[in-house]
Amino acid sequence: MKQFADLVIKLGTSTKTNEKLGALSEYFSIANDKDKVWVIAIFSGRRPKRAVNSTQLWTWCNELAKLPDWLFEECYHAVGDLGETIALLLPEMTIADARPNGSSGRASHPLHYYLETLISIEKEDESVRKEFILRSWQTMTQAERFVFNKLITGNFRIGVSQNTMVNALSKTSKLESSIIAHRISGNWDPVTTNFSDLLSELAVTTDYSKPYPFYLAYAIEDEVNTLGEPNEWQAEWKWDGIRGQIIKRNHELFVWSRGEELMTEKFPEYHALKNHLPNGVVLDGEIIPYKSQSASSYGGGVEGAPLPFALLQTRIGRKNVTKKQLTEAPITFFAYDLLEYEGNDIRETLLVERRTLLEKIVKEINHPALLLSPVISFTTWAELTALRGQSRNLGSEGIMLKRKDSIYQVGRKRGDWWKWKIDPLVIDAVMIYAQKGHGRRSSLYTDYTFAVKDGDKLVGFTKAYSGLTDKEFAQVDNFVKRNSLEKFGPVRTVKPELVFEIAFEGIAASNRHKSGVALRFPRINRWRKDKTANEINTLDDLKKMLELYGK
Amino acid sequence: MPLIEFTDRGLYCRAGGFYIDPWKAVDKAIITHAHSDHARWGSKYYLCHTQCKPLLQMRLGTNNYQTVEWEEKIFMNGIQVSLHPAGHMIGSSQIRIEYKGEVWVVSGDYKIEDDGLSGKFEPVKCNTFITESTFGLPIYNWKPQQEIFQNIQDWVARNRELGKTSVFIAYSLGKAQRLLQCLPELNLPIYVHGAIWNAHETLTGSGVQLPDVKRIDYDTPKGSYINNIIIAPPGAEGSSWMRRFFPYAVGICSGWMQVRGTVRRKNADAGFALSDHADWKGLLQAVKETEAGKVFVTHGYQAVFSRYLNEIGIEAAEVKTEYGNEEEENSIAITEQDNT
Repeated sequence: MKQFADLVIKLGTSTKTNEKLGALSEYFSIANDKDKVWVIAIFSGRRPKRAVNSTQLWTWCNELAKLPDWLFEECYHAVGDLGETIALLLPEMTIADARPNGSSGRASHPLHYYLETLISIEKEDESVRKEFILRSWQTMTQAERFVFNKLITGNFRIGVSQNTMVNALSKTSKLESSIIAHRISGNWDPVTTNFSDLLSELAVTTDYSKPYPFYLAYAIEDEVNTLGEPNEWQAEWKWDGIRGQIIKRNHELFVWSRGEELMTEKFPEYHALKNHLPNGVVLDGEIIPYKSQSASSYGGGVEGAPLPFALLQTRIGRKNVTKKQLTEAPITFFAYDLLEYEGNDIRETLLVERRTLLEKIVKEINHPALLLSPVISFTTWAELTALRGQSRNLGSEGIMLKRKDSIYQVGRKRGDWWKWKIDPLVIDAVMIYAQKGHGRRSSLYTDYTFAVKDGDKLVGFTKAYSGLTDKEFAQVDNFVKRNSLEKFGPVRTVKPELVFEIAFEGIAASNRHKSGVALRFPRINRWRKDKTANEINTLDDLKKMLELYGK
Repeated sequence: MPLIEFTDRGLYCRAGGFYIDPWKAVDKAIITHAHSDHARWGSKYYLCHTQCKPLLQMRLGTNNYQTVEWEEKIFMNGIQVSLHPAGHMIGSSQIRIEYKGEVWVVSGDYKIEDDGLSGKFEPVKCNTFITESTFGLPIYNWKPQQEIFQNIQDWVARNRELGKTSVFIAYSLGKAQRLLQCLPELNLPIYVHGAIWNAHETLTGSGVQLPDVKRIDYDTPKGSYINNIIIAPPGAEGSSWMRRFFPYAVGICSGWMQVRGTVRRKNADAGFALSDHADWKGLLQAVKETEAGKVFVTHGYQAVFSRYLNEIGIEAAEVKTEYGNEEEENSIAITEQDNT
């Protein structure tokens, strides 16, 4: 556990990717194989289910620390992280207790011991789980307790992308990073997988569900005409759904999200494709809420705009999909690439050729659950620029540009694929509530709620957490501390004075919000120091936007 | 009439005709210590500890200063006043005042652990205790100084392996001198920012024994910093002044570094929770040892700490003051001056 705690501390404090890479490579060269498998699992989002919940951890910590609940809560707000708060509050003496006869050695176990024990006791009585947690805390240093608590409660958020981890593995294993990315993808269980098998070729051939690593685009940085000849590029609409892969192999169907979550069961709409798709096919596309047109007219292509993303969200979190949801939030798959055909990995063939095969498959099946994301025809950049202006009416976020002779790469790469999003919608609003942030921002007021005017009242309509520089956050934090009106737990009501331009990607009607609208990807675009709270937008302005873009 | 009133100029003893650490100019001020949020400019008379005076002179210039030793009793308008070690920094004191058998103590800033420089904090029995609460949350539990010093030395060694200069961020008054207790063991040249140099000169000039350091000047060859040690005040952090040390790693020395989020927000490579304030247990211990029947809690987590004291049966109330957080801003000003 010490090695892993050291790793997490190094990753958490280093600010440069190269240092993180170095720390991970070092870890992979010294850790035992079982621990390595777990670290790969953890940093690729495969953490074990929660054996205990945060409330239990909180309660047990308090039994040891003997603090009133309100004080624990104050501490939590100051730290901004439950796992860390507990690590800081657990009394020191428990460590000494665990040293029999004052010997200095502690009975700390390797990382995999703790994780696998947590899994094995998941179904046990609460007393068994409590016993294990308390005993573990007692054998650990503060840093180890912190990582242990984080393993139980949630994400590390220490700025390690899967990419960084893959590169570090590549450095120590001497395998290409794209190969590693593929081998560690998909369905594997860290408990039963050993390190050499995980990275071996065997892993890919025996796991029928294994998806390919997604190829992701950067946002275009320059004018679009710097990309060269328009006829070298394929343009598609950029959809606002969940990026996914549909896999049919060995008479089975698998649906993966970009977050490498197996979502097959969540989308029964796709199950019919099992009987239609040929074996050995992997489709890349968008899982998207969409009401199919009449049976005669869908013809394999997309017609009309998708439904709002918010509808899809109603289905993601559910274990079981109800009939009602299937009717109210129907989904389909907009396919835009083909990665495997007749059982062969065709990622190295050119986009135009992959597209031809894709179109052939989709048209042959002719099923409403699988539609082709259309290619936009254009001849000049000016023409495409004009078409991009219509994106929002089509329910799209803009345009994807893909070089026709591009191969399907691994991860986010520049050059061949670009996303060219439309400018966000913006609205001027005043800050009315502030709350302290989490993690890096735990001691600053960085989470704000904004309001628009409704007559002489203010109506809160969104929160936003990002978009200001550290310096601006410090200034706003200072304002909040000096201009708080009331305190509700961690939330402060603030004198409505600071005006910000809020940018967002979409707007939908919502009965869960007082304002009646829900925004997609709200963030602070800029601080309007030139405006007073009197000059902000109104609820009517928001409703007009809903009318225009929310359907 | 209470012995000390809380006014908009500061803590006021009406009977004695003096203020303690006033934040506006007054006729008579008793100063707990030389940090800028406690020692302000403009008063006509300052009473402080002998070791505090040179520091006040450095910061506030020539004034009417009177000094006393710890435990030395003086009378102001018939009120008995004495200063007692607070352990916060060199020359820092608690102020004890007594009138007709009633005793009040103003802690100023303090810490319990003896840092070897500032004098050992002395618990002073009193009826009413006015305490700071900068780190008044139970998450603040300091490790022993020796353990932190070891971590600091290990960090410098690691930086040297990576070919990096170690830059410490520490308040010029207090923290910088504490660092100088552990860094010389490494036998490396120690370079300090002008603000720290000034404090250093003032302290050594008044007889405090401190190890040798070198002042960072514009004509110091850049090569001399490589793999060595730098101490700079908080204002220097992230400024262009730091570029000359490249490649370097930044280690911030402050109690706030106890929380990871703060270390990350500051973009530091390392945080050392080395504090000149009492931690949670220290605050509780100090309050209990005064045996005070009434506690007023000033700057810091005053709401939390006073609520907790009440819950464990010690009558307490929070008091709003203008102490806290000023030191850092002050250091920024110093950095900017030195850059011109």
